[in-house]
Amino acid sequence: MLAKRVIPCMDVKDGRVVKGVNFVNLRDAGDPIELASRYDEEGADEVIFLDITATSDRRDTTVALAGRASEELHLPYTVGGGFRSVDDIKTMIAAGADKVSINSAAVKDPSLITFASHAFGCQAIIVAIDAKRVAGGRDRWEVYTAGGRNATGIDAVEWAREAQKRGAGEILLTSMDCDGSREGFDCALTRAVARSVEIPVIASGGVGDIEHFSQGILEGEADAVLAASVFHFGEMTIREVKEDMRRHGIEVRL
Amino acid sequence: MGTLEPNRRIGDAEGATSSITGKLKPKIVVVDYHKGNIRSVERALEDSGADAVISDDSAVIGRADAVVLPGVGAFTDAMETIESLRLADPLRDAIAREVPFLGICLGQHLLFEAGEEHAAGVELTRGLGIFPGVVRRMPRVDAEGRAYKIPHVGWNKVFFSDDPCAQALFRNIGCGSHFYFTHSYIVPDGSATIATTTHSVEFPSVVGKGVVFGVQFHPEKSSDVGRMMIDNFVDLVRQR
Repeated sequence: MLAKRVIPCMDVKDGRVVKGVNFVNLRDAGDPIELASRYDEEGADEVIFLDITATSDRRDTTVALAGRASEELHLPYTVGGGFRSVDDIKTMIAAGADKVSINSAAVKDPSLITFASHAFGCQAIIVAIDAKRVAGGRDRWEVYTAGGRNATGIDAVEWAREAQKRGAGEILLTSMDCDGSREGFDCALTRAVARSVEIPVIASGGVGDIEHFSQGILEGEADAVLAASVFHFGEMTIREVKEDMRRHGIEVRL
Repeated sequence: MGTLEPNRRIGDAEGATSSITGKLKPKIVVVDYHKGNIRSVERALEDSGADAVISDDSAVIGRADAVVLPGVGAFTDAMETIESLRLADPLRDAIAREVPFLGICLGQHLLFEAGEEHAAGVELTRGLGIFPGVVRRMPRVDAEGRAYKIPHVGWNKVFFSDDPCAQALFRNIGCGSHFYFTHSYIVPDGSATIATTTHSVEFPSVVGKGVVFGVQFHPEKSSDVGRMMIDNFVDLVRQR
């Protein structure tokens, strides 16, 4: 049986991990590769590097990072953020990224998903969706772009379906309401998307407690769960998370 | 399966005794047909002590001690590129000369007779034809009608047989260990199946005959067990 995945996500700026990382025994806690190797040892199933470099001219640093990762990591990794064209994606995949995650650019021009999926295979293309619950009590969520700054009026479930139709291999779904709340994933949102698509869904945003991971899988029906700060700050290890998931009857790789 | 090599128990209790005949640093070519990342494969082979070289040159393939055919993506596209680079015959020749061969993911698929594509109806593309049968899309529902997520992405268990061929590749690896998969198509079951994995259906995750192997998962992305498998492959090459 396919194991449910636990994925640590690192925000990377100019080739360095940002947001405090509180790890002992790391030579350089700001080095994304060293941190990812540590997560590999702890049992991470894959890692995501989210490039938050503001300016496109510093993009070379991220490409170099992807190159180093392909040589030094022994697990799959995704690079997300800042892709504007198929050429951008091609550069990153040529550097060694197993997958890329595209967000705003795909909303702006959905054919980017189609072209990228044709060129590199659907397994290499993750469509990231930032969604926020629409006021009014009903279970509806709106897609936001530009790091949550721009409302699009697009329904998140519809957009996930569209992304799949165009060749996305996975959906990385972040709840803007829950992100940073430490109160757990938006399981209603996750379930609504997971039931609407035939491709895997990665739940993101809101983890504060070890139980939240199992909730994302059991209530949210996610195929994978993502977190950042709880791992970076050493609040819990990936192994502890997986052991807890196993106690909840979830298949994990331990 | 009548032509299997005997089980080579390499470096077991008696330690590494065979360096007199074996090559310490075998030359292994990673075939570059311009489909996806292969540096991680090259690096993994080097970490296991091989002299790995990335090449799309048939002469390099002809001289190598072993051949690794990696790749992700579409069967048709890959076969077209291999044909245009004039690599199909050099690859078949290497296999005919019993040069150890490892196909990874799409590289496993290409070992078969043909692959189906869904782009415009179902069409078949000819593969290298080492193993019989057609590579097909993994069904979305199981026998009981339950739906599964496709592509099959993530870590799944690999159960290998007691075939000597399997024993060599999985030496020091537990039966049922997790390996990393990412694919939508699967190879047909047959006498070459030496390990299986289950998603919507049970499918051959490893095929092997003699010293020709095809693995559906990515050993180079499968952490410690993957590293062990690549060690085993390089050892097997050394013993030739």
